[in-house]
Amino acid sequence: MIYLQLFWVFFIIGLFTFGGGYAMLSLIQSEVVIKHAWITAEKFTDIVAISQMTPGPVGINSATYVGYTVTGNVFGSLLATFAVVLPSFILVLTICHLYVKFKESNLFASLMKTLRPIVIGMIAAAAGILITKENFFDWTSWVLFAGAFAACQWLKTNPIWVIITGGVIGLIIY
Amino acid sequence: MMRWRRGEVYYNMDKTVENKTGNMVSYWEIFKCFSKIGAFTLGGGYAMIPIIQREVVEKKKWIGLQDFMDVLAIAQSAPGVMAVNISIFLGYKLRGNKGSIVATLGSCLPSFIIILLIAIFFAGFRDNPIVVKIFKGIRPVVVALIAVPVVDMVKESNLNVYRALLAVATAVAIVFLRVSPIYILLVVGVFFFMGRYFGDKKKKEQSSSNHIDKEGGER
Repeated sequence: MIYLQLFWVFFIIGLFTFGGGYAMLSLIQSEVVIKHAWITAEKFTDIVAISQMTPGPVGINSATYVGYTVTGNVFGSLLATFAVVLPSFILVLTICHLYVKFKESNLFASLMKTLRPIVIGMIAAAAGILITKENFFDWTSWVLFAGAFAACQWLKTNPIWVIITGGVIGLIIY
Repeated sequence: MMRWRRGEVYYNMDKTVENKTGNMVSYWEIFKCFSKIGAFTLGGGYAMIPIIQREVVEKKKWIGLQDFMDVLAIAQSAPGVMAVNISIFLGYKLRGNKGSIVATLGSCLPSFIIILLIAIFFAGFRDNPIVVKIFKGIRPVVVALIAVPVVDMVKESNLNVYRALLAVATAVAIVFLRVSPIYILLVVGVFFFMGRYFGDKKKKEQSSSNHIDKEGGER
């Protein structure tokens, strides 16, 4: 029974969150913390913090974590993760079929051309939102920021190496 | 310099692998690529964009930058996690339905395993002093990585004044007014179709040539 509930809750969360992981958080909180009381608000804050420190999208991470905590086994966490991905999988795959079909049409191509500046603004904003006091607590953070930007933009260093280097520098200097 | 050279060799090795298997990209290669992307996406879905761009657009050349931007617009408009939506889309583009399953599994698996291990073994993960130090170094780096694709995309898009203004207005609305990007995509999409509809009507009133009728019929 708990498995069915878990599946249903995360399926709904996956279906109704537009606009990425952080938009998902408020819905997850209201379902998992307030409505079902599967975990406490404090634990939920922990999950958000851990999600930011570990790879992968927040939505997936919290499904995995909550699934495990609620059922106490790996199957529960697998089920919750599967449930949260399933709705977008079905929908995006449908969109893919349509995209391939309409890609050549004039109307679709010019719609996409119109939307491109928004994509650029959207990504710039994602970086802008993350410039917070927590992420940039003193000048060393800005040096790391500038160094990473230069390495990726002009030296074409692989982003993965830039991340690892940032972590090593953090371990040494802080 | 060394790192860059090493990168080149790796690139060439991948090329030979691709040639051996023919034009089709193998499922294993899709899985490998996306699990690598999934393993290094720290700090939410947008952090995935620079890594996907480097791996899929620049290194493997599976998709062009313009097409990649289309994928981003669609992934943002669809419900769910953006990074997963991008994987589904690119996987489909490479090998159809099965490809999208493989790509999704690949991009979710690393974070699934890591979170599961943390949930089982390390309850105090986020307070661990070593982890805290590492992440103090990583956070500003991730912000820089997210900013990098913006430069390439601006270059590639041949923005005129209006389109540049639209990009700036989008960023301002999201950062300062906290508007969700999905609404901006929707509103501009609706204006686009309205512009097309009324534009076509006007044209029709001015002249009733066959060509324009055809265009109207397509809609």
